[in-house]
Amino acid sequence: MKTFSLSDKAFDIMNTIFVAVITLIIVYPLIFVISASISDPDAVNSGRMWLWPVDVSFAGFQRVFQNDAIWVGYKNTIIYTIVGTLLHLLVLLPCSYALSRKELKGKKILLWVILITMLFSGGLIPTYLVVQSLGMLNTIWAIVIPGVVGAWSILVAKTFFEQTIPDQLVEASKIDGASDFTIFRKVVLPLSLPIIAVMALFHAVGLWNQYFNALIYLSDESLYPLQLILRQILILNEVSAEGIAGGAGTAQSFVEQVKTASLVKYAVIIVSALPLLIVYPFLQRFFVKGVLIGSVKE
Amino acid sequence: MDAKPETTIQTQVYASSRLKRAKKNLLLNWQLYVFLLPAFTYFTIFHYIPMYGVQIAFKDFYANLGIVGSPWIGFEHFERFFNSYYFWRLLKNTIILSAYGLILFPLPIIFALALNELKNGPFKKWSQTLTYAPHFISVVVVVGMLVAFLDPVTGLVNHIVVTLGGEPIRFLTDPDWFRHIYVWSGQWQSLGWGTIIYLAALAGVNPELHEAARVDGATRIQRIIHINIPSIFPTIVVLFILNIGSFMSIGFEKVLLMQNSLNAETSDIIQTFVYQTGLIEGQYSFAAAIGLFDSVINIILLVLVNYLARRVSNNSLW
Repeated sequence: MKTFSLSDKAFDIMNTIFVAVITLIIVYPLIFVISASISDPDAVNSGRMWLWPVDVSFAGFQRVFQNDAIWVGYKNTIIYTIVGTLLHLLVLLPCSYALSRKELKGKKILLWVILITMLFSGGLIPTYLVVQSLGMLNTIWAIVIPGVVGAWSILVAKTFFEQTIPDQLVEASKIDGASDFTIFRKVVLPLSLPIIAVMALFHAVGLWNQYFNALIYLSDESLYPLQLILRQILILNEVSAEGIAGGAGTAQSFVEQVKTASLVKYAVIIVSALPLLIVYPFLQRFFVKGVLIGSVKE
Repeated sequence: MDAKPETTIQTQVYASSRLKRAKKNLLLNWQLYVFLLPAFTYFTIFHYIPMYGVQIAFKDFYANLGIVGSPWIGFEHFERFFNSYYFWRLLKNTIILSAYGLILFPLPIIFALALNELKNGPFKKWSQTLTYAPHFISVVVVVGMLVAFLDPVTGLVNHIVVTLGGEPIRFLTDPDWFRHIYVWSGQWQSLGWGTIIYLAALAGVNPELHEAARVDGATRIQRIIHINIPSIFPTIVVLFILNIGSFMSIGFEKVLLMQNSLNAETSDIIQTFVYQTGLIEGQYSFAAAIGLFDSVINIILLVLVNYLARRVSNNSLW
């Protein structure tokens, strides 16, 4: 008996070390970015800064806040996220609720119509042509309407409604003379706050982080969301072109450009992820819940 | 002789009463059908009309003639694609990249099993919160971080390489490195998040099984292998099928961001090619044909794996 408990103890120690190492590997890049954003770029670029901030300076954030393109992008992203999330709920909730009601006839066919969109799609080009022919290019609608709802969310919300809204409640309200509209607004929605929160959160994060729709549907830079601005700064290295480097027309040395670029880079990552970083610890369990509701098989 | 007309009358009566009942149902519940309208309008316009629009893959599409008006040309675009010199390169790159990701499929399972063995407490909680976090970082930022970390001069990784006595490596422009960077940065982002479903499945394992095994003298590792893994096996199978279903379509947006002319030899995949030829070069029909080829392969794979899973383990999607 004793040998078993001893080997179990060894297992416990090894397992804890294993989890700790994995966690550290995953966290390290995040800590590095945070530290780099408030360190002197020379220290970052030379490798002197590797864990904690060195020669603390907030110059990077100053540059970011002075940059108009980033602010415009921020504003656009906030608008797209709010409008898109509201639209998402507006389309998703009534449909899922209706599909959860047993009075609805032809449910099987309707569900198949939705499921088929999960398996088959027209693909990139035909979808693009539709968006184009609707005159949505270079409008907010190209960002918030394609993908406004998906088969997965409808199935999840439908399952939720089936499990949480008792038939008797709806029937009783009907006997009292309430219409389906009224029941939905006054009875169903107040009982469904958890699913509304989960669905809104997932969709909002998706909208906040997406760049591809903006890349293909928007060419007007004043409409660019934050992620496209980030792409220019972080990946295409268009920092100096954006005027972040300051002095108009002054030919900067290469070294100086590299310095400015890295100064801005880490700060802009932090600024872009800030809203999520702030809410994430509080909302984590909602996100986890969302995954779990979604994984319950129909 | 008499029976025949009688049955037709009966079915007629039956049909008309069915019609009446449907009418009554619609009259009573019309508001429920109104609830369906926004979503089904959306699916029609943004999913079914594009599916109908796939026909441009078999046409010579002219914008002024429209999708319906453009002339049919059959499989010409497909033939051109299959015969082009880049066809095999695209197919090979797509398959290798997807297969590489699929090989790492067990990692979140292993991590979930390890997390599950921890006692509930702050360490477990912190480890979960921290490892879930990268899931919420956008692809643009992830690739931006890669660009910063892997920079040949200023990047952290190359500082380490140089300190260890090596030569700086141009990771992001080297075709040999592209796949590793793509796949492992993906693991960094999704490993923690990927454990959630497995952890939930593990929480559902009957504690009596563990109790009985403990009485019989089974060690922790034995219990993991003989109780935990078999218990979550159905979950593993379903997630594996879903993974295969998106075999050819993973992470295209990230590949597009990581791609440059120097690493194209390995980073050029079918979907980035669709984007390039279709939306950048404007060859709509040709690109639509390639996109169609891609989704057909996906569907075949999904059906095939689902069939195999049902045969082998009785767990399947349908």
